[in-house]
Amino acid sequence: MDTERAQKPVLSKEEKKILWKARLSPLKAWLYLLPTLVVLAIFTVWPIISTVRMAFLADVRDVMGEQVYTGYDYLKDMGGMYDFSFSFENFAHVVGYGGFKTALTNTILLTVITVPISTMLALLIAVALNSIKPLRKLLQTIFFLPYVTNTIAVGMVFMAMFQMIGPIKSPTSVGIINNIIEAFGGKPVNWVKEGSSYWANMTVLIIYIVWNALPFKILVLLGGLQGVNKQYYDAAKVDGASRFRIFWRITVPLLSPMIAYVVITGFIGGFKEYTSIVGIFGDVRMGPPGSIGRPLNTMVGLVYDSIKSNQGEASAAALILFVIIFAVTMVNLYVSKKKVHY
Amino acid sequence: MIAFIVISAVLCAAIVFYGVVVWITERKREVPQDDWMGQAVATKGMRAKDIDAVSKKQTVMKILVQVGLYVFLVFMAIIVLFPFYWMLISSLKSQSEYNASIPTYWPKQFHWENYKYLFVNVAEDGMFIASDFDLKTLFLNTVLVGVVSTLLSLIVTVLAAYAFARLEFKGKNALFAALLATMMLPGELFTITNYVTVSSFGWITDKVGIFTALVVPFLVSVFYIYLLRQNFMQIPNELYLAAKVDGTSDLKYLWKVMIPLSAPTLISITILKMMGAWNSYIWPNLIGGNIFQLVTVGLRSASFQNAAGETLFPIQMAAVVLVTLPLLLVFIFLRKYIMRGVSRSGIKG
Repeated sequence: MDTERAQKPVLSKEEKKILWKARLSPLKAWLYLLPTLVVLAIFTVWPIISTVRMAFLADVRDVMGEQVYTGYDYLKDMGGMYDFSFSFENFAHVVGYGGFKTALTNTILLTVITVPISTMLALLIAVALNSIKPLRKLLQTIFFLPYVTNTIAVGMVFMAMFQMIGPIKSPTSVGIINNIIEAFGGKPVNWVKEGSSYWANMTVLIIYIVWNALPFKILVLLGGLQGVNKQYYDAAKVDGASRFRIFWRITVPLLSPMIAYVVITGFIGGFKEYTSIVGIFGDVRMGPPGSIGRPLNTMVGLVYDSIKSNQGEASAAALILFVIIFAVTMVNLYVSKKKVHY
Repeated sequence: MIAFIVISAVLCAAIVFYGVVVWITERKREVPQDDWMGQAVATKGMRAKDIDAVSKKQTVMKILVQVGLYVFLVFMAIIVLFPFYWMLISSLKSQSEYNASIPTYWPKQFHWENYKYLFVNVAEDGMFIASDFDLKTLFLNTVLVGVVSTLLSLIVTVLAAYAFARLEFKGKNALFAALLATMMLPGELFTITNYVTVSSFGWITDKVGIFTALVVPFLVSVFYIYLLRQNFMQIPNELYLAAKVDGTSDLKYLWKVMIPLSAPTLISITILKMMGAWNSYIWPNLIGGNIFQLVTVGLRSASFQNAAGETLFPIQMAAVVLVTLPLLLVFIFLRKYIMRGVSRSGIKG
């Protein structure tokens, strides 16, 4: 005992204080992280576990095989205390709904149509902005405006612009977009009113989604263009390459990491499309007035439709959506690995 | 219609003209400094005349291309701006002017009272009932949620970013990687359970509860922690050691040195967070119901109809303007900070 004590260096009061501080330092770090970790544990980590569990809960049936409870309701009634069984029933229910096919089709169509259009347009605008000097700042600001607007609010403006006023057979006003179409010799279309066709509605949605998606893409692509070394262009000019050739052979390859980035984020955003449809058509119908069966619903809409009534199915739908997004992103990454020049 | 075409044509022409003028003046400035490219051509044995002819052809081409670029950009800019323009002029029209079969591109008379109706809930003909759209309360609710959630989340974010950037503890890198991994999961996966959680906490029945449920689940944003940590790490460690030698406490160092030095990032976070509160729809709509509405939810659920069931578009557009305008103003004055944050995230709000 004595020898042990003797081996320990004698510390002054100051030194002891410093030593204690050093020992407490990791504790302090955890203290700083405490609020973050608590919130994340409750609202991020737990949901991952719970959502997966809810999605795989089996329905509870009586002896006759009739469904008495959905798995989640039973679990709730038992206070979380029962040996639930694992099943794919919730997934089967979701996929079996008529609304599932509609939602999946709409989501895929909207994504596949809007991502190429908005990427091409954004690329053209970014290249054009990059090759002008006067007014560039002003135009850049204008093109960024849709980003800072409220998706719901501007969706209502688009709805008003495409709206006919009065009875459909003899409207008092056909709406401003139809006025413009008429001015160019076209015929007015019933875009969003009762009895409007699916593709009329989709056209409005596509225009709005592209309008909404442009700013972010332009911002990223323009940032990429400004980092391109001017020497490549000088070299191409010396060789007498045409503008078109320069665009395809130099600009696009050099920008390919940025293009890949906006395409991948575009696909992810496209599969999560929901608020733009609510903005134009409202979440009561998810379709034009008088329509039934939520004809313009999307995958995210499907999740929110059952979030209050059947959490198991909502979770299953969310997981299906997650798997789709994950798969599509993987395919995107695989393709971009082959095509992108870093 | 004709007025519209004429206005846009004049606008295009003016901008094209401006572009050409500026381009010519720019060109004059650039001519003397003909660099290595010009020399390279000259050494190939071309005569001065040939060079002149080539450059003249190029000049014409260049002007044409520039004109084309401006026409394209201005055309696209008009498309982008058109909904804003239409929203503004519609909000100042009378109901009958809005419904007229021949559209007007400028209100005949400015009906500012459309905006007044949003606050006093009566109408020109006594028909308009906006009782389901209480703008004052909606604004108040939204600002309250925005300010409180921004302040709290700034504190939480700063503390966490500081711990990750400056303090040493076991498993720091693993924990940070785990946090970053959660960013890849779509929000819908969390929403379902979070809805169940907040309802089991009793946070969806009264105003205070809903307010808490609007603020607390979104206090932590891993992306903001990441952003601020990067910023904190750029501050040299020597500053920290110097402060320690002087006997400064960690909190004081954080407050006096780290926070002022990373003010731009903190401003970006503040703006994006406020914008998020202003624009959020799905979560507030899910839990708020009619008890505690935020401005976007209120706007979407209001009917803007008169007693005859006719939609009063000018008044609806006035409401849309009041919801959209604050964001546009914030953007115009604080553009730099918003674009900084956005170009790195791709997350709206």
